[in-house]
Amino acid sequence: MVDTTLAPNAMAVPRPVRPTVTGEDWLVRLCLLLLGLYLVLTLVLPLYTLLAKSLQDKEGQFVGLANFARYFADPAMLQSFGNTIFVSAIGTAITLLMAFLYAYALTRTCMKGRGLFRAIALIPLLAPSLLPGLALVYLFGNQGIFKSLLFGHEIYGPIGIVMGEVFFAFPHALIILVTALSVADARLYEAAESLRARPARIFMTVTLSGCRYGLVSAGLVVFTLIFTDFGVPKVIGGSYNVLATDVYRQVIGQFNFQMGAVVGLLLLLPAVLSFAVDRIIQRKQVALLSARAVPLQPKPRVLIDRLFFCLVAAMAGFLLLVLGMALFGSLVKLWPYNLSLTLKWYDFARAGTDGWGPYFNSLRMAALVAVIGTAIIFCGAYLVEKTRGAGRLRALLHLLAMIPLAVPGIVLGLSYIFFFNAPNNPLNFIYGTMTVLVVNTICHFYTVGHLTAITALKQVDNEFESVAASLKVPLYRTFWRVTVPVCLPAILDISVYLFVNAMTTVSAVVFLYSADTKLMSINAINTDDAGNTASACAMGMTIVATSAVLKGLHSLIMRRVERRTQAWRKR
Amino acid sequence: MTGRTPYLRIEHVSKSFGDFQALKDISLEIYAGEFVCFLGPSGCGKTTLLRAIAGLDIQSAGTIIQNGVDISALPPSQRDFGIVFQSYALFPNLSVADNVGYGLVGGKLSGAEIHQRVGDLLAMVGLTGQERKYPSQLSGGQQQRVALARALAMSPGLLLLDEPLSALDARVRQHLRAELRQLQRRLEVTTIMVTHDQEEALAIADRIVVMNEGRIEQIGTPIDIYRQPEASFVADFVGQMNFLDVEHQSDNVIRLGDAILEIGAGKFSRSGSATLCIRPEDIQIRGVVPGQANSVPATIELMEFLGSFCRAELRLVCGRRLQADFSINAMRDLSLAPGQELTISLPADRIRLFPAQTNVARHHG
Repeated sequence: MVDTTLAPNAMAVPRPVRPTVTGEDWLVRLCLLLLGLYLVLTLVLPLYTLLAKSLQDKEGQFVGLANFARYFADPAMLQSFGNTIFVSAIGTAITLLMAFLYAYALTRTCMKGRGLFRAIALIPLLAPSLLPGLALVYLFGNQGIFKSLLFGHEIYGPIGIVMGEVFFAFPHALIILVTALSVADARLYEAAESLRARPARIFMTVTLSGCRYGLVSAGLVVFTLIFTDFGVPKVIGGSYNVLATDVYRQVIGQFNFQMGAVVGLLLLLPAVLSFAVDRIIQRKQVALLSARAVPLQPKPRVLIDRLFFCLVAAMAGFLLLVLGMALFGSLVKLWPYNLSLTLKWYDFARAGTDGWGPYFNSLRMAALVAVIGTAIIFCGAYLVEKTRGAGRLRALLHLLAMIPLAVPGIVLGLSYIFFFNAPNNPLNFIYGTMTVLVVNTICHFYTVGHLTAITALKQVDNEFESVAASLKVPLYRTFWRVTVPVCLPAILDISVYLFVNAMTTVSAVVFLYSADTKLMSINAINTDDAGNTASACAMGMTIVATSAVLKGLHSLIMRRVERRTQAWRKR
Repeated sequence: MTGRTPYLRIEHVSKSFGDFQALKDISLEIYAGEFVCFLGPSGCGKTTLLRAIAGLDIQSAGTIIQNGVDISALPPSQRDFGIVFQSYALFPNLSVADNVGYGLVGGKLSGAEIHQRVGDLLAMVGLTGQERKYPSQLSGGQQQRVALARALAMSPGLLLLDEPLSALDARVRQHLRAELRQLQRRLEVTTIMVTHDQEEALAIADRIVVMNEGRIEQIGTPIDIYRQPEASFVADFVGQMNFLDVEHQSDNVIRLGDAILEIGAGKFSRSGSATLCIRPEDIQIRGVVPGQANSVPATIELMEFLGSFCRAELRLVCGRRLQADFSINAMRDLSLAPGQELTISLPADRIRLFPAQTNVARHHG
């Protein structure tokens, strides 16, 4: 039985234990608070300012929903709302269909050249979204080679926007669908076959139903991307207005900040929709892959494999054609009259007064975002995931870190103007500097980095910190000696992701640059606006090349890291 | 055990996670050099108690005193213990030597002294010559030894083991179990091991703390726990046990169906119904004559051959069923086979009685 020879004072009602707070605990709490402060300053307050602005008149008086009422009473505004939904819906349908077939071919057939096709499909990620717009002008514009294919329709407008957006959104859908289709249990197919189900029925009941969730997620992601994209409609939309270009016009063209804020909030709609749909689906989603699942190995089927090869080759051809056209356009003397090659469009000093300055600005910003952003995001994720105590604060920080995913760049950029350009804001001094661009871009792409870091950290044994504490080793030493080396691949992934996106982004920073901090992607838009499409193409291609070089460098480094660490990484 | 001062005193410790009470008023004393096992089904609170002792999840209320010092509120880094987890938590990017020396670096020792100490520790767990390998290049058993060497590197006063053997396959587990026991004896380090494997606990522990639903059911030596379970939960959880509903007849006599059984004096004083417990191996069949005290007629329904013995399912006249273990010899001598009728005896000194209505605890396995 329980030994009851206890000290006399212990017989009283046991008092609650208050754990001793150590210096290390205080350090962790301080870091958590600093992270919280950072997220509040760079995310929460700007978004709040945007919301407040939409409810105020020009003098800053609260007017309730008057601005919204005015918006919905304006037929031109409503028109572009309808336009946005229209191109987003069509673009999403086409992108999903293409990406599904492409992903199916990559994961479920024995078609030749799958590795190459996968690489080609990811190329659009390296390009700013205005690049497909420029290429489409060359292909289908007034002097385009394939203009006749449009049967008299204009590329400037919904057709061009949809085509450009399909190019832009394709890899995003593909990544999700490839993941969804890779997860398959061969036993389900064997069971279906042994029940003599016809191939079409197996496809409907096993394949499609297995990747339902992936299809819906991809649909939501693509819809949101197209709904909020700025680059493509800016370049090829012509007089066909969409919400993202409306914001830009309202704010930059007419200084109508209140209406800009209203349109900005409308751009948040797809995120709200995604959130709701996701909630409903998550509830129905069950784990498809039990521990005992047998991974599906596609078997060669000559006819189907060839059919898919042709289909995928055609789609990859479209992607390469768009990119190739942009490249070609940047290299010919005078499209379409003089097709001899030249590098003069890359001599940016001739195109404008800025020369290569914007390129180095872009490079500098991307490097700063990659280094500082990765440090903040990874340390933040570590604090959220691996420290103990302050549970509510950590949960709140995780929630804050998820918000940027729902906020389109154009909305974030707008919020930043409202917040940082306010004369009474003590942080006003960073407006128009490189700092605000870096801070904004880190915030814009925070969530994906955060989730990557959290996923990597979750795979690290939770007891490392416990063991280190039992050995009296301070937390930061274990962080540096164990956690960081183990998570190095994820850290490199995050930094490359941030770098490439910082190089290609337009939507957020278009509101924030100044004469000294003009970026290459923005310069390309302005150059195209000024009618110099060839130089704009050259600028776009320079960005693609830079991103590609960095990606190449990344895989080289990864290979070296893997070789150096394979002794402990391989199982 | 009385007269010695306990090394570790746990007094009225409880722990809640929200509404769930993981530990309910746990009190326990552990003496220096003891090897104690916390045994119980998953969710019984054994790991929670271990983590409270380590300071990894500090208890909601109650006191823990280690070596005369109240450590109740201290963080793990200010307590004196080494720990081995089920996952071992070896740092994958550090070599075996760096893992073992992880806590030594940055302390008072010089590089050469650390090297020496690490060498000694690895020799102690039989891993000399593996210094430069990485954990993933070692077998599960070797990884477990590295984790053990690392936990012992700082010469802690208390060694905590959280299911350290359960990730290994059966043969390695038995082998390491014996080694662990020898090592612990040699070092005389006070050790607490959490396990859900009753066989492991019986084989290795000086004392076993059987836990269930956040409470301690029984504390005792392995033989006490096995022979004299004080609660039907313990009887059921440790080893194989038959449970039979019986009626109380008079002071030392109970009725099992039509049969009258004598039980040892003072075992059960209340009248009414009760539960009789007897282990399958305690049921006798040799030399039992009908009409003898505590004998019951039974029919063999099923026989299961288990290698060194045979487990039979018996049906009594009253319809109740129980399991009995027969040696292979007995099987041959008495030519036992399903359908055969025989007389069995339930020896009075092997019978334990518990109040009825405790069926809830059964089928825990």
